[in-house]
Amino acid sequence: MKGWLLTFALAACFALCVGPFYWLTMAATHANADIFGATPTFSPGDQLGANTAKLEESIGLLHVLGNTLLVATVQTSIALVVALLAGYAFAKFEFRGRNAFFVLLLSTLVIPGGVTIIPIFEMMNDLGLIDTFPALILPNLTVPFGIFLIRQSLQAVPDELLDAARVDGAGELRVLWRVVVPVMRPALAALAVFLFLGAWNDFLWPLIALRTPEMFTLPVALATLQGLARTDFGQVMVGTAISALPMMILFLILQKQFISGLLAGATKG
Amino acid sequence: MTARLLTRRNVPYFLVLPALLGFVCFKAYPILAAAYISLTTGAGAARSFAGLDNYVRLVNDPLFWTSLGNTALILVVQVPIMLILALLLALGLNSKLVRLRALWRLGVFMPSLTGLVAYGVMFSVILSKDSGLLNWLLGLFGVSPIDWLGSPFWARIAIVIALTWHYCGYNAVIYLAGLQSIAKELYEAAMVDGAGAVRRFWSITVPQLRPILLLTIVLSAIGTLQLFDEPFVLTGGGPDNSTLTISLYLYQNGFRYFDFGYASAIAYALTLIVAGFGLVQLKLTGGRK
Repeated sequence: MKGWLLTFALAACFALCVGPFYWLTMAATHANADIFGATPTFSPGDQLGANTAKLEESIGLLHVLGNTLLVATVQTSIALVVALLAGYAFAKFEFRGRNAFFVLLLSTLVIPGGVTIIPIFEMMNDLGLIDTFPALILPNLTVPFGIFLIRQSLQAVPDELLDAARVDGAGELRVLWRVVVPVMRPALAALAVFLFLGAWNDFLWPLIALRTPEMFTLPVALATLQGLARTDFGQVMVGTAISALPMMILFLILQKQFISGLLAGATKG
Repeated sequence: MTARLLTRRNVPYFLVLPALLGFVCFKAYPILAAAYISLTTGAGAARSFAGLDNYVRLVNDPLFWTSLGNTALILVVQVPIMLILALLLALGLNSKLVRLRALWRLGVFMPSLTGLVAYGVMFSVILSKDSGLLNWLLGLFGVSPIDWLGSPFWARIAIVIALTWHYCGYNAVIYLAGLQSIAKELYEAAMVDGAGAVRRFWSITVPQLRPILLLTIVLSAIGTLQLFDEPFVLTGGGPDNSTLTISLYLYQNGFRYFDFGYASAIAYALTLIVAGFGLVQLKLTGGRK
């Protein structure tokens, strides 16, 4: 009895958390008038195609999706490598300035994003990079949380494993590639999802750094659409669903690694 | 054997070099540059040194104090509500009596994956007065429609609700991991001694969770001090500046009025407040990391 009550309470929390996503998906298949009707849209409608076509026409959906994927993929790949290399150095090597650099790196976690955004904007402006993808990608390649995460997981890997490979004559790069990367696969997967999610959802900096609609990423395009097309939420809902749901699916596939990765960062802090 | 370019001694420097470059260019330099910009007025060629003018202006700016007050109010109300809910949720998710635990855990985590824009669009429709999901839901219980984003009082409540929806499940999952790492023997011993569920919660669960509880309190407080997303997408700081937060005010000065000097001064004031919180946390945990 008590078990059922608890189960019911959790199911209610589940509904409150997941309900809006379900409603969003359903709303994407309805015309504007239905979305703002007397009862919320809880069942599928027949306007998905029409809404998507309108969205393609107003923001160039495919083009914008391509931009977002390109930026997120490049940014994630490079940031992942940067974090792997630095995390490996912090976890497994002694070198001068190690502790100082690590503390500095972590202390930037409490610096509000608003502090750095203005100088970075001026820097990009001076370099003539405003309205280009490098302007979006470059500032996000050193991710302190990612470096911290890799260092934490690598510290659990025994040194003997690395030394054994060295005794066998493997060079440092070979040790990294053949020994470190394979044992770090779960942590790397978690970090990759985390980084991709951040890049895919990033809004404020792209909004500031991009000018022309051809360069827009999905969140920026959606935000301008919301301002322009106040009258048609059908297409806004399609865009929102396309922006939100792939991340849910990615998370569903990799949830185990993702949550354990996040917890490694949270519980050992 | 030929000499290798990378030896065990020099290899760490090569390994940290990319991270160091990124750190210097996009963290260290901007942080220092912002400190200088906060002491100037104008932009580009017209920029001139202004000493502490921006900071003097800040102290005398009623809107800054409004934003500080709003941020503090949301912090004091929202963080305890969210973390208590998250703890209850985690206790439920950890209970052996509950069925389908993995499914519920997955669901409550999902909101924290939503990006700012998707979240903003969803909630602005969900919170709409005449046809929003929330008013419809409340209507089922006989509550008359609430003008969530149109009145200063309800707009603040709406921000609290949206924030809680966004991050509660995330904190619950962190607590759950903490609960699962508590040794079962502690509970078994307490049961043998005849301690009830409430007693076990206060004498075992809470003390054992203490480090994680502190961590989430500090992270949530720091996050809320920097609150930007929710007011930016839902209320724009209104109505009547009732949801204007420090970060939103910073953004408005920087990228609406392009007053980079003043915006940087606000940013440094915010940093000081956040750092103050960090110090309090260090004191509370006795300097252990």
